[in-house]
Amino acid sequence: MRVGESVRRPDGAAKVRGRFEYSSDLHAPDMLWGATVRSPHPYARIKAIDISAARAMPGVHVVLTHKDVTGRNLYGLEIKDQPVLAHDFVRYWGEAVALVAADHPEQARRAAQALKVDYEVLKPITDAEAALAPDAAKLHPNGNITRQVKIRHGDQSARADIVVTGEYEIGMQDQAPLGPESGLAVPEQDGSVELHIATQWLHVDQEQLAAVLGLPPEKVRLTMAGIGGAFGAREDLSMQAHACLLALEAGRPVKMSYSRTESFVGHVHRHPGRLWYEHGADRDGRLVYVKARILLDGGAYASSSTAVIANASCFSCGPYRVPSATIDGIVAYTNNPPCGAMRGFGSVQNCYAHEAQMDKLAAELKMDPVELRMRNALQTGDKLITGQTIDGPVPVAELLKSIAAMPLPASGEGKGGDVDLTKLPGGVSNTTHGEGVKRGVGYAIGFKNIGYSEGFKDYSTAKVRLFTKDGKARVEVHTAAAEVGQGLVTVQAQIAGTELGVNDVVVLDADTNVGSAGSSSASRQTYITGGAVKTASEAVRDRVIAMARAELRAPSGLHIENDNVVTGTGKLVVPLATLLGDEVIEETREFHPRQTFPLDAETGQADAHMQYAFAAHRAVVDVDAELGLLKVVELATAQDVGKAINPQAVEGQIEGGSAQGLGLAVMEEIQLKDGVIRNASFTDYLLPTILDMPPVRMDVLELGDPNSPYGLKGVGEPPTISSGPAIAAAVRAATGRPITRVPIRPHDLTL
Amino acid sequence: MNFLQPSTWAEALAMKAAHPEALPIAGGTDVLVEINLDHNRPDTVMDLTRVADLAEWATEDGLVRVGAGVTYTRIIDELGDRMPGLAMASRTVGSPQIRNRGTVGGNLGTASPAGDAHPPLLASDALVELASASGTRRVPVRDFFTGPKRNAARKDELIAAFLIEPATGPQTFSKVGTRNAMVIAVCSFALALDAGRRRVRTGIGSAGPTPLPAPEAEQFIEGELDWDGRQPPSDAAVARFGELAAAAAKPIDDVRGTAAYRRHALSVMARRSLGWAWQDYRVGWA
Amino acid sequence: MKVACTVNGAAREADGVWEGESLLYVLRERFGLYGSKNACEQGECGSCSVFLDGVLVCACLVLGGQANGRTIVTVEGLTDASGLHPVQQAFVEAGAVQCGFCTPGLVVATHDLLQRVRKPTEAQIREALAGNICRCTGYAKIIDAVNLAAGRT
Repeated sequence: MRVGESVRRPDGAAKVRGRFEYSSDLHAPDMLWGATVRSPHPYARIKAIDISAARAMPGVHVVLTHKDVTGRNLYGLEIKDQPVLAHDFVRYWGEAVALVAADHPEQARRAAQALKVDYEVLKPITDAEAALAPDAAKLHPNGNITRQVKIRHGDQSARADIVVTGEYEIGMQDQAPLGPESGLAVPEQDGSVELHIATQWLHVDQEQLAAVLGLPPEKVRLTMAGIGGAFGAREDLSMQAHACLLALEAGRPVKMSYSRTESFVGHVHRHPGRLWYEHGADRDGRLVYVKARILLDGGAYASSSTAVIANASCFSCGPYRVPSATIDGIVAYTNNPPCGAMRGFGSVQNCYAHEAQMDKLAAELKMDPVELRMRNALQTGDKLITGQTIDGPVPVAELLKSIAAMPLPASGEGKGGDVDLTKLPGGVSNTTHGEGVKRGVGYAIGFKNIGYSEGFKDYSTAKVRLFTKDGKARVEVHTAAAEVGQGLVTVQAQIAGTELGVNDVVVLDADTNVGSAGSSSASRQTYITGGAVKTASEAVRDRVIAMARAELRAPSGLHIENDNVVTGTGKLVVPLATLLGDEVIEETREFHPRQTFPLDAETGQADAHMQYAFAAHRAVVDVDAELGLLKVVELATAQDVGKAINPQAVEGQIEGGSAQGLGLAVMEEIQLKDGVIRNASFTDYLLPTILDMPPVRMDVLELGDPNSPYGLKGVGEPPTISSGPAIAAAVRAATGRPITRVPIRPHDLTL
Repeated sequence: MNFLQPSTWAEALAMKAAHPEALPIAGGTDVLVEINLDHNRPDTVMDLTRVADLAEWATEDGLVRVGAGVTYTRIIDELGDRMPGLAMASRTVGSPQIRNRGTVGGNLGTASPAGDAHPPLLASDALVELASASGTRRVPVRDFFTGPKRNAARKDELIAAFLIEPATGPQTFSKVGTRNAMVIAVCSFALALDAGRRRVRTGIGSAGPTPLPAPEAEQFIEGELDWDGRQPPSDAAVARFGELAAAAAKPIDDVRGTAAYRRHALSVMARRSLGWAWQDYRVGWA
Repeated sequence: MKVACTVNGAAREADGVWEGESLLYVLRERFGLYGSKNACEQGECGSCSVFLDGVLVCACLVLGGQANGRTIVTVEGLTDASGLHPVQQAFVEAGAVQCGFCTPGLVVATHDLLQRVRKPTEAQIREALAGNICRCTGYAKIIDAVNLAAGRT
């Protein structure tokens, strides 16, 4: 179990046997089921709530409204602006208004339906531009601009010979983790509550819950339940506070588990956006300036919007040398569903725009699109548009070279004969036997920050224990870091195993009995929690070596290998178990990466980010140009991961991330009408199936970042950034249509 | 909620007479979605999966009579040669899990304009057999769909079977969806050539309040086709056929697509389908 | 009402079942078999795939009462308590498991496929598993796992 090996997941056997306990599988004797009363209006004033009918329904034990929130009825990751239960206004369709707990989920649902809320329906603001209008209703006390980011870099009056402009639109994507929001809250005699929950960050949940419940943090204990995917959807509170309030009031355990429809209003989404770009270049294709206005719809509450717009702005130009940049990023409140974190976090939206612009520029210059990108490729030591000098490997040109050099898939099947429908646009739905099918190839590259930015405190805590069990050395690793499926549990074990030379490494369940790990987001956990496990393991190792030297008068240069303390030349000094005896060696360490700083409010200049990761994609797409249907034939990708701690898991991240990017490009969109979601189900919110996702050809580079543990870089998000823009480029190449909006819909390609 | 579980057809009909409000359920692929997502709370549900007769098919007076409880998977496996259009449509229904469970009878009962079985049933001039305690009647499928999710069955009737003449010429089915599998139709089109009678029949799905035929397109192209010489129809005739097929639709804008796109796609599918079917007729049908 | 059926070889019975409960709910909340997953409850994701009288179905689309007297095999019933079925082993080895929420359904669906087709082509694999949504893996390692399992059985 060492760093660099494709170690199998320790939870794999339980997962394939159906015996891994996810948050929706939890149960307790005497448990009640919670249900949520939700607003049927995107914007309304609550005039009155009558709980009497609901309370009188069979099986009902508790009905709660905003009056029953025992602490502060506001929460939020960046800005505390969201009520746990709406009191004066509801600001989006599906906002939580009241809670019910009953013996059976059907009883809870019926009671929720019976609860009467008297609303004064107001006209919703459902467009971000409209929210900015001077006469627009103020949805929050400080107005409708959640955050505005200004970047002013270089010569603000720069002019160029070649200018291309474009306007782009990105639809609202859902993370759609398969595990629904769910958990079990268990009240204790002393007035405290134990919450078993699937979350991306236990400690930030705990902190928010303590405030909402009016309890000291030690009276709100959280234990991680199995997580059925996250992708950003589990950063904010969903049912956590609701289940705790119900359980504390009922004096009985309460389980809540959202239906898929409820899940669509139970978590935030990827921000939809409109982006206006102007690129200026010289006649050799070198960028002179980029101007952009990026407008994201943040929906009803802030969530992590303020950080998303910073990312969208900071990485707005792509990984290119841009001497002058004028960027205005705005995220606005509306009465649409709240938006926040999703894999890629602001860099997904802007990548569609900057890559479309680069292709436009290439076409204008009659230059190969890859060549144009290489000519402008960012390199180590260059300044970003935020003024930060980028250090570590910046393999923009290498990644582009790699994907361009990969062999292309064989051309599609000709007409006639036995056609394999599954290989054609439309699949077995039999819409073409080759008629109308055109192939296109497109390229894209993107980048983003790893870890938190702008001075947000980034650290993780690990406790490592070494002791003897059944005559053999065992290591226990304890952190609060969320294993959301990405394989962090394996990585932690590999790192401890590597540093301590012990074969039996167990990663304990995450809970709040150990210090914060930060969130499983921003592609940061392998770096930050991995760093904490490494540091704590090193501290344990140092103590073991000191112990060996003291007790055995052994020479210096000792290390641990294969459960034995050995000399520098590998000679056995003492088996670890013998040395330890009954001794338990335990160390807890925090790992802090280098500091970052907030963007300047007027210029957006700062050393705002800690690490950058890059990925490039080439897409080959067959388009039935007459029907507007697509088949992505192949994705090819290259990514620098610094060091692959677990190569198989890295491949899995790249394949899975690419698939989520594909989804946004060709099918995934939460469709809204007047603030109401029209497709809150998996029947109409379409996710890529195994027949939609093509094989992925990949080149994983390990260039080693001198600043990070083992040289690693965050892996999870970059693949989601550039796969979609590459597909859009391929569709453009196949059809000659501009493709300025994703997801690409059949009518965009035909009418 | 009441749960009825007849074990014979006679018992089922008697129960339906006694409980006309009972919602029949077979594969559950529509009914359970409604219940699970809390869209519907039927007062009474009647499970028809115990009625063995419903899962039978047999040939009868030159027609194939298929019990309402025969699944899509069995239609593909057992009846693909006799009703290729319906089998092609069945292959596009949901997933293997759905096809193992879902039935054409259920599709007819739900009578969604997007039901995949409907266009090929229309193109095959199928009959729907409705039964009640007081008797049995057969309704041409063209008269069966009376409105969005409404059909010609009376409250006391159950869908017993559908009847189709074994294919007398090439049949095709095409469905536009925005995913390459497991997708509800944006619109769909079925075509059947009846070589013996020199007839063309069509069915349109998901582009109107009900599944629809395109009679003008049928009549037009029947006259254009060179049934004896088997020469391909002119490009102009094929294009006109596409236009008439699209004109028969009554689409709306909804979450799955726009009305304008649906018309466009229908014209393309109609043209292509005619091309494929005619090619099959030229090389394959005696 | 009462639901009595055979699950993974054992006779099981639940009383007081609400008539609107799906087989999935009955398996999970009445029989404590949480292996079949509740991801969409509309037949669109395949996470609750089980065998009902030997036929691959979504348990969420079967009404509890419809399962009366029937024989059900869930992911928990593919092997005894000790080992892993070759399909399960292949999923672990190929890296086809990430969050794992789709995994039980995929394991059951793969089991069904390999019973029908011993050495499926890639096209057959893709069509057979099209009803099982995975949000984590991008499916490449799932195809690897099916091939690995097919090579061993």
